[in-house]
Amino acid sequence: MTYPESYRYTKEHEWVHVVNESGVGDVATIGITFHAQSELGDIVFVDLPAVGAKLEKSASFGSIESVKAVSDVYAPVGGEVTENNEALTNAPEKVNEDPQGAGWLIKVRVSNKSDLDGLMTAAQYETYVGAES
Amino acid sequence: MLAVCGLQSADELFSQIPAEARLKRPLDLAPGISEFEIVDYFKSMAEKNAGGSSRGFASFLGAGVYNHYRPVVVDTVVSRGEFLTSYTPYQSEISQGTLMTIFEFQTMICQLTGMDVANASMYDGSTAVPEAAMMAIRVTGRQKVLVARTVHPEYRDVMGTYAKNQGLPVQEFGYDADSGQIDWKDLEAKLDKQTACVIIQSPNFFGIVEDVKKAAELAHASGALLVFTFSEAVSLGILEPPRDADIVAGELQSFAISPSYGGPFAGIMAAKEKFIRQLPGRLVGQTTDTHGNRAFCLTLATREQHIRREKATSNICTNQALIALMATVYMELYGKAGLHELALQNLAKAHYLGSRVQPHFSGPYFNEFVAAGDGLSVEEISEELLARKIIGGLALKKFYPELSNTMLLCATEMTKRADMDALAETFNQ
Amino acid sequence: MIRKVRQHISQNEDLIFERSSPGKIGYQLPPLDVPEVDPAQALGTANVRDGIEGFPEVSEVEVIRHFTRLSTWNYAIDLGMYPLGSCTMKYNPRINEAVARIEGLAWAHPYQPESLSQGAMEVVEKLESALCEITGLDAVTLQPAAGAHGELTGILLVRALLESKGGPRKRILVPDSAHGTNPATAGIAGYSVQNIPSNDQGMIDLEQLSRVVDEDVAALMVTNPNTLGVFEENIVKATEILHSKGAMVYMDGANMNALVGIARPGDFGIDVMHINLHKTFSTPHGGGGPGGGPVAVKKHLMPFLPVPRLKRLQDSLTWDYDCPQTIGKVKAFYGNFGVMVRALAYILAHGGPGLRNATVDAVMNANYIRHKLRPYFDLPYDRPNMHEVVFSDDRQSPKGVRTGDIAKRLIDYGFHPYTVSFPLIVHGAMMIEPTETESKDELDLFIDAMISIAQEIGETPDLVKTAPHSTRTTRVDEVTAARKPVLRWKP
Repeated sequence: MTYPESYRYTKEHEWVHVVNESGVGDVATIGITFHAQSELGDIVFVDLPAVGAKLEKSASFGSIESVKAVSDVYAPVGGEVTENNEALTNAPEKVNEDPQGAGWLIKVRVSNKSDLDGLMTAAQYETYVGAES
Repeated sequence: MLAVCGLQSADELFSQIPAEARLKRPLDLAPGISEFEIVDYFKSMAEKNAGGSSRGFASFLGAGVYNHYRPVVVDTVVSRGEFLTSYTPYQSEISQGTLMTIFEFQTMICQLTGMDVANASMYDGSTAVPEAAMMAIRVTGRQKVLVARTVHPEYRDVMGTYAKNQGLPVQEFGYDADSGQIDWKDLEAKLDKQTACVIIQSPNFFGIVEDVKKAAELAHASGALLVFTFSEAVSLGILEPPRDADIVAGELQSFAISPSYGGPFAGIMAAKEKFIRQLPGRLVGQTTDTHGNRAFCLTLATREQHIRREKATSNICTNQALIALMATVYMELYGKAGLHELALQNLAKAHYLGSRVQPHFSGPYFNEFVAAGDGLSVEEISEELLARKIIGGLALKKFYPELSNTMLLCATEMTKRADMDALAETFNQ
Repeated sequence: MIRKVRQHISQNEDLIFERSSPGKIGYQLPPLDVPEVDPAQALGTANVRDGIEGFPEVSEVEVIRHFTRLSTWNYAIDLGMYPLGSCTMKYNPRINEAVARIEGLAWAHPYQPESLSQGAMEVVEKLESALCEITGLDAVTLQPAAGAHGELTGILLVRALLESKGGPRKRILVPDSAHGTNPATAGIAGYSVQNIPSNDQGMIDLEQLSRVVDEDVAALMVTNPNTLGVFEENIVKATEILHSKGAMVYMDGANMNALVGIARPGDFGIDVMHINLHKTFSTPHGGGGPGGGPVAVKKHLMPFLPVPRLKRLQDSLTWDYDCPQTIGKVKAFYGNFGVMVRALAYILAHGGPGLRNATVDAVMNANYIRHKLRPYFDLPYDRPNMHEVVFSDDRQSPKGVRTGDIAKRLIDYGFHPYTVSFPLIVHGAMMIEPTETESKDELDLFIDAMISIAQEIGETPDLVKTAPHSTRTTRVDEVTAARKPVLRWKP
């Protein structure tokens, strides 16, 4: 599995991809990794925060449910939620099918870009999950 | 078998228990007795007890526990070992019998109450109400609970126990002294932006039918949810269901569940579709198996304690499956026509009694009403009735000090005219 | 080789609504002996409904056939062993059912005069006293409706006592091997939960415990024997640590079937516990309930017990509502009386010596299974077990077969699965509790089945991975059931 090089990764298996939008600032798209969705199994429900919610780095911002388990998801960066992936309401399986693309969870206006420091690169994350399994 | 385990004596099985923790004497309980002696014992207990027509007593007690006829088929079905001795249906392939009966139960509770989704049962009405309040608190993010004084006093007590420990403010609102219905002014004065839910009962504890639509309008205007409760399920055979409520939490004891000195009963919880993930308790869903055949399974388990642990919607694990099955058989036996006719009979019986003993409140009543002592006190009336082998209604003094000389009378399809006449005679002396 | 079952045709059956047709009836009411009343007049037209829309209309024979056919699709104790760990699926004696239905008890109204309720109250008194003797504690309340309800009651008692001494404190300690109701209960009681990891023997780590116990801890919730079936050998010392800081120990009594007549929680430092009448005391599971969750307490917790308390006067019993420090009511009326009758019948039938024998048999049976299956399945904690034993699927998982698959294959052999994937501290847990009900014959059938499955995993693992094969319903699609819930029938 390829983990995109432009993304950064957390120990709790979230990825974050930051893009600078003019007039808005740094916008981070956040999701869970391929490894995470494979551990969870078939996802049946995704619980996401409302637009406008203020997130703190490392705090839980929602959860992902499979039939037999629930996992909290943690914010890799802090900021205000600008969008959540509404398509997941009726099609939570998108997170299984394309976790690092169409299965994104939320978009956040980053309050502090230095939150990205200390997150893993794609290569580091691959080693990390290689070690875990 | 001991040899297989490499042990010399059964005592060695317990060698892992430290000496300080071991019981060093036999249990101080009499030796076991035979089946015949067990029956004898419980029969002698029953002889010191009244119940049904045993010892020849007729009863006018209601107040949350009702005497309704239990068709023989109910016990025939629940006595089958495959229902009686089976486990919670976690393993779908060998529990389709239980799962399908629960799916039918869930469906009928929705039809009965006008809600979109219902769970597989709660312990009883008194615990379902606080669970509904906690659900409303989760949904609205508000804390305050408003409950009518005309909700069953024991349901309110249990609500109080749950609320106290979570630091939730519970406030009561009163009733109109003439009609016995909700005091709308009092409710309006207490509703505010902190109110998570308003809890009402209909027919209420006094047996009187409430204006559910109005209660819903008031609650919703303040952004609160309406929680509806009931303790006499037969009333729903004739009364419009609470379609405007958000959550229904009630008691199904009237449906072929023996009074049994207060339990086990079967509570129900039902709600509008949008609250489905906040509903506590077990849920059975329809799906397919690998051959595409229709099949049922427990679902949305991630709300529950065994997965969500400290973040669960409730700590409930065991429900009331066998008792709910009694109610399911009853609902299917009586069916649409039967429950309607049964409710009409209850109405007729109670209104006959109400034509001979003056109801204290003016509001419309189903099969219960409050009557005041006149001439004789309610205590004297009760004593005279007992001498005539009649158990009178519940004296309300202990729950409503302002109604100290009244009793709550109930008549059902099982109440005989002759007993109602005898009661009326005693009252009207 | 499968010896316990053989295929047989079973009846199909639709949902009752699909069988329903207007005009069919299954009931009969006597004619009214009073005048009819017009509901619109009595209740107000807006309040009246014509009939419950969609409610079934079927005949009595259709109801009988409907439920009889459905019942044949269920497994049950009456058909064979349930190896479910911590569920104590023992035989449900039929005498219990008979006595619970005696009219004077079954039709007793909770509000009838006390003078007419002395029989019911004596039953309550006798059961309370028997449970005190069995648990070694000082008082019992029978009000809670089930285990989780009892847990909540017990923790509320702890809270009330602490409040009377200055403050409820903040945390409750729960071992990571605990049943999910434990942390869920602590949350509902207004406490935050602190998980304690088990040591490498699967038991409470005394050192860890003494480090985390402080004056902010209200209680430790413990199961003994624990969910591995192992007796907590340090239980007395653990309770001393908690008591030294003014905290209490709550015991989840789910595993009492290993202790009755052998050891009493009151004697090893427990302050409060719940009992599951539907486990240890044989009341029927009935497809998921009802239960009974009595709570037993030491003297210091007595003033806080739920109201009313049964009180013995000179020649009668009465319900005492004068309990100023009570936590209040946890359920309307007095508890699940019908379940109490059944539990008391079981206790009377066994008596003191019989109850102890049942415990010995239960522990014997579990150890027999342990020794016979040990060569085939991994035993993660090599400690002596009591009434249940926990294996892991570590030896089978390299073939891609997990505990859940083995459990499903067990169904083809005619058994209900054991408890799958619990406790969480064991990787791929297989938790087995036979109870004293099972004879050596039934145990040998079970053991042979498990050994046969272990062999199948070596030779034809796919057979196990796709089990069950001989049930009328194969594995169900739980994913779609959760993604697109359909929770009721619609026309």
